[in-house]
Amino acid sequence: MISKMTHVTVYVLDQESAFDFYTNKLGFKVVTDVPMGKDGRWLTVSPPEQPGFEIVLFPVAKSNMSKETADTLRELVKKGTFGIAVFTCRDIFATYEELRVKGVEFTKVPTKEFYGTEAIFKDDSGNWFSLAQIN
Amino acid sequence: MTFTILGMEDPQYPKMYLYRRLVQAKLFIDTHYAEPIDLDNIADEANFSKFHFIKLFKNIYHKTPHQYLISVRIEKAMELLRSGTPVSIVCYAVGFESLSSFSGLFKRIAGTTPSGYLARQQKLRTQRAESPLAFIPGCFAEKNGWLKKTQF
Repeated sequence: MISKMTHVTVYVLDQESAFDFYTNKLGFKVVTDVPMGKDGRWLTVSPPEQPGFEIVLFPVAKSNMSKETADTLRELVKKGTFGIAVFTCRDIFATYEELRVKGVEFTKVPTKEFYGTEAIFKDDSGNWFSLAQIN
Repeated sequence: MTFTILGMEDPQYPKMYLYRRLVQAKLFIDTHYAEPIDLDNIADEANFSKFHFIKLFKNIYHKTPHQYLISVRIEKAMELLRSGTPVSIVCYAVGFESLSSFSGLFKRIAGTTPSGYLARQQKLRTQRAESPLAFIPGCFAEKNGWLKKTQF
């Protein structure tokens, strides 16, 4: 029986820039950062209160996939095709304000929904995430 | 009265000007944790009475500004220790004024002494350098051809 999800992959266009975005802007913690292969590293981060859940910041690179796949995937990521996940927070207005000040791009400002208050932001590659404060 | 945010006037928004000041205070701590921060000054700058400021800050961050400052300093200390910086340097680099208060607070928050933490992290670093694949789920390593190169 499956018990938990421990890793999820997010395809990023530039690992260095993703590292900065996820740690310095979102405030996530680096779990593992080891060099792997010629143009990438094994880089995982976790939300501050969820150390057992690792987001694998996986580079879209020719060494990992065919050139055709890499080119297609890069275009798709860039144009915001992938909605990855929902993050929750205790206070969405404070979190929104902090991320906004840090330059995170929001495509939806905090808005009341039937389940709580929700905003949507994009990472530095184009992946989007929902930020929610659940009722 | 409604408050404007990003040009939107919406009565469902709470008092955003309060949030702005509290977030600014939090970010001030995030940036200046290594300096001797006078939390009274932050309250003044945010235009709050000290009591009101602490109460609002705690509502949002579940810690008083002082507790938050300490937690940021310890967090940064852990980062520095992970990279191998000696304890006596880390202590002052993150804004503590004495080794004993640093060690005491570190132990209370991290559950181990700074030197114990440093030693354990050094060991982990060595292991990681020697066998990086032990830290990567096998499926990813296999998919990327890392297993074949290094182990078989």
